[in-house]
Amino acid sequence: MKPTDTARPDHFHQVVDCQWGCPAHTDVPHYIRQIAQGDYTGAYLENRKSNVFPGILGRVCDRPCEPACRRGRLDEEPVAICRLKRVAADLSDDIREFLPPKGPSNGKRIACIGAGAASLTVANDLLPLGYDIVMFEQHDKPGGLMRTNIPSFRLPADVLDDEIALVVERGVDLRLNTKVESMQALIDEGFDAIFVGTGAPRGKNVELPGRYDTDRIHIGIDWLEEVAFEHTKSIGENVLIIGVGNTAMDCCRTSLRLGGKNVKVMARKPRNWFKASVWELEDAEEENVDIIINHAPKEFVVEGGQLKGMLFDKLHYDIDDNGRLSDPTVIEEVFIACDDVILAIGQDNAFPWIEKETGLELTQWDTPVVHETNHSSSIDGIFFGGDAAYGPKNIIWAVEHGHRAAISIHKYCEGEDISDRPPRGLNLLSTKMGIHEWSYSNDFDDVPRHKMNHVDLVRRFKDIKIEVELGFNAEQTAREVERCLNCDIQTVFTEKLCIECDACMDICPTHCLTITENGEEDDLRGRLRAPANNKNQILTVSDALPQTGKVMVKDEDLCVHCGLCAERCPTGAWDMRKSRISIPYAFQK
Amino acid sequence: MSFLKKPSISHPGLPKNDIGLTIRDYEGAMSTLCAGCGHDSISSAIMQAYYELSVEPHRVAKVSGIGCSSKTPTYFLGGAHGFNSVHGRMPSIATGANAANRELNYIGVSGDGDSLSIGLGQFGHAIRRNINMMYLIENNGVYGLTKGQFSASADRGSTAKKGDANPYSPIDPVMLAISLGCTFVGRGFSGDKEHLVPMLKAAIRHNGFAFLDIISPCVTFNDHEGSTKSYAHTRANLRETVHADFTAHHEEIVAQIDPGEYKKITMHDGSRVGFQRVDESYDPTSRISALSYIEEHREKGEVVTGLLYFEESSSEMHSVLGSSQQAMATLPYKKLNPGAETLARIQSRWR
Repeated sequence: MKPTDTARPDHFHQVVDCQWGCPAHTDVPHYIRQIAQGDYTGAYLENRKSNVFPGILGRVCDRPCEPACRRGRLDEEPVAICRLKRVAADLSDDIREFLPPKGPSNGKRIACIGAGAASLTVANDLLPLGYDIVMFEQHDKPGGLMRTNIPSFRLPADVLDDEIALVVERGVDLRLNTKVESMQALIDEGFDAIFVGTGAPRGKNVELPGRYDTDRIHIGIDWLEEVAFEHTKSIGENVLIIGVGNTAMDCCRTSLRLGGKNVKVMARKPRNWFKASVWELEDAEEENVDIIINHAPKEFVVEGGQLKGMLFDKLHYDIDDNGRLSDPTVIEEVFIACDDVILAIGQDNAFPWIEKETGLELTQWDTPVVHETNHSSSIDGIFFGGDAAYGPKNIIWAVEHGHRAAISIHKYCEGEDISDRPPRGLNLLSTKMGIHEWSYSNDFDDVPRHKMNHVDLVRRFKDIKIEVELGFNAEQTAREVERCLNCDIQTVFTEKLCIECDACMDICPTHCLTITENGEEDDLRGRLRAPANNKNQILTVSDALPQTGKVMVKDEDLCVHCGLCAERCPTGAWDMRKSRISIPYAFQK
Repeated sequence: MSFLKKPSISHPGLPKNDIGLTIRDYEGAMSTLCAGCGHDSISSAIMQAYYELSVEPHRVAKVSGIGCSSKTPTYFLGGAHGFNSVHGRMPSIATGANAANRELNYIGVSGDGDSLSIGLGQFGHAIRRNINMMYLIENNGVYGLTKGQFSASADRGSTAKKGDANPYSPIDPVMLAISLGCTFVGRGFSGDKEHLVPMLKAAIRHNGFAFLDIISPCVTFNDHEGSTKSYAHTRANLRETVHADFTAHHEEIVAQIDPGEYKKITMHDGSRVGFQRVDESYDPTSRISALSYIEEHREKGEVVTGLLYFEESSSEMHSVLGSSQQAMATLPYKKLNPGAETLARIQSRWR
């Protein structure tokens, strides 16, 4: 293999699995260290820089960082990154003075349609540059799907209000109760650019016999919205939820708070094929929701205009050697009685308000054609982000879309090429403080992941507004921060200093270092000191070593960044250096 | 020395040996030697050898004297027995221990000071008695613990850190061991585990005194230009002569190697040591060939490494003495000490 180019910012970025896995690339180890040091405000600001809504995301993020966490590959559970984010948000001081104010007006007006995560991020990034942001929101409160689709027992309204205010109060012209009915009309208003962040507001329907014979069949996201705005305050005792994604989890738990006693989630497939996040399933099951597998909806049974229940086909699947499900066979027909049915089988983005005459190019599914990285559409100056761009994803993706779109909008307004993206940067700083001193906490702590404390099972159902998760207490926080493996403290190798004494390979607790003859990647992987079968993780290969011409190979997969290689290196060929990846934002230009 | 604790976590896919242990089960305490010390690398090779042989750590006894090298048994096989003895007197302790319990696997770790200066007499007699043990000299040519004076193995003309040249001729432990009749003599290099580990495995399995001289650079006092025991000098002047490979008795030999250059010797327990001669003129079963070859290359300034002399027909201490097949430590007291009456009966025979 060729020597690895470690000067490329992506190289060390990729080693920080959580940051690499996060769509917005939040510097997780950095803010965890700030929390460990009691600098909650700093940790909040570090989060806010990339993800804009730490308090919200600290509760309801989809957490792509956690499955990516290196700790999970060491036969352990990942660091509770999301919970620690909430700690920063809970304990941070007021950060208003640290936010850049709206810059002097540059005379450019930008329309943001929808006041959800994506639009708010665009506004956040463009305000300091002096853009005038006009934000249109159909409801009487901003927040978009964060407010309408996430029940308040998971995300309290005041958290949402506070973090939205940090954007809006800096000078967004927020127009509530203003539904945009026509794209053409908006174009005609002469905005310098338009950002569409309208989400994916159309819940999928199920066309089965009996669907329209009763008013007790609800579309999940519409129903959650009615609950959020307190138009719906009750539900029957027996509720069936169709679908087993995260919306289904919100629907079943909300039902329990509105009078549901016997709530069942009906899944078509076996458990390993559920779409819901593991933790959301756990939280629902803690509340005694039944999750029933292998049932395919067949018919709504309605008698005299009254919903009696539903017929299902009970299915059987075989699982083949590759772990794939076979086509199901029907075993029997099952009737399950219920008072209400909630359909939570997915949602689409929908643009009934964009006229054909605007010339916007659409895909075969009637969604706009959006450029993958710069978020432009077929019409110059119109950008899409969040769920509106590529269908339902999650909040953290919407934030990242907002950041990217803000860069595009700024470039567009400046007359620059929007496909010319600003580069990422890398800074490395040695953490060596003395012969045996390092400026980071490298004592490996084998404590298991801490469990979130919940409000007890009686009190939480008294009011839908009671937040179930209590947040980490001081002890939990203090131990959980130490579980972080400091993946941002990089092992940096300088070939010309190496005398091949083997000290680093001998001491490495996970056997991730090998000095050997160079070869092709597959060959090298087979010759390392410990199995290196995880090809998603890179091998870092040095140049030829001075004495024997062999190479130093590091399998990044399971390095715990303990620093022992550097500690035991007699010549300083290994050093532990803290990496900071600089991610470009529009307002930094 | 390092104050960091080695993380308890290990690679989840780490292979296990025949008795279900991973290499990490063969670790000892954290080393207190200088970072980059050759001795640490040897400790690591020792762990690898015992791991690959699937030896239970608690069936091993580690004995050592005084010096940097003699500290190292603490840093491997934490589950083994250990005795850190008086300077240069490790062979006595090893002899006693081996006499009392022949069932354990003995490893003696010593240095050039411990074995070639203060303990030279003990070293010679341990060889002569052919104690069933593996005896290592971690040879760095300096007294590291007392800040780098030349030791008895330092080459003439080799310079100290401040530039003084050594006026004395060295004692070569390999030549010494062969001439004293040692039945297993090899030389290795701490920076070359690929060749060291199989040699250690063969030495552990050898029935009798197995001696290995291992060049182990002192990174603090003897790794400079002018030193003949530095990493760079050793690598530049290494002459790999006989590459030994070791096959445990239950393993199949798969590789087909030209028999002209390859020689197999079956050991007492059925294991096999294979010799691959890098230099065709070399015969590792002939003492004369070995001695003249080593001497010839020493004159050229080369360090001859490999399994240099091997003789499997050895009769180790217990078979020479005809002592009990059962370890004396496990004999019932009555049998071990038959009592005053028996003693009186024996004595009466000579009256």
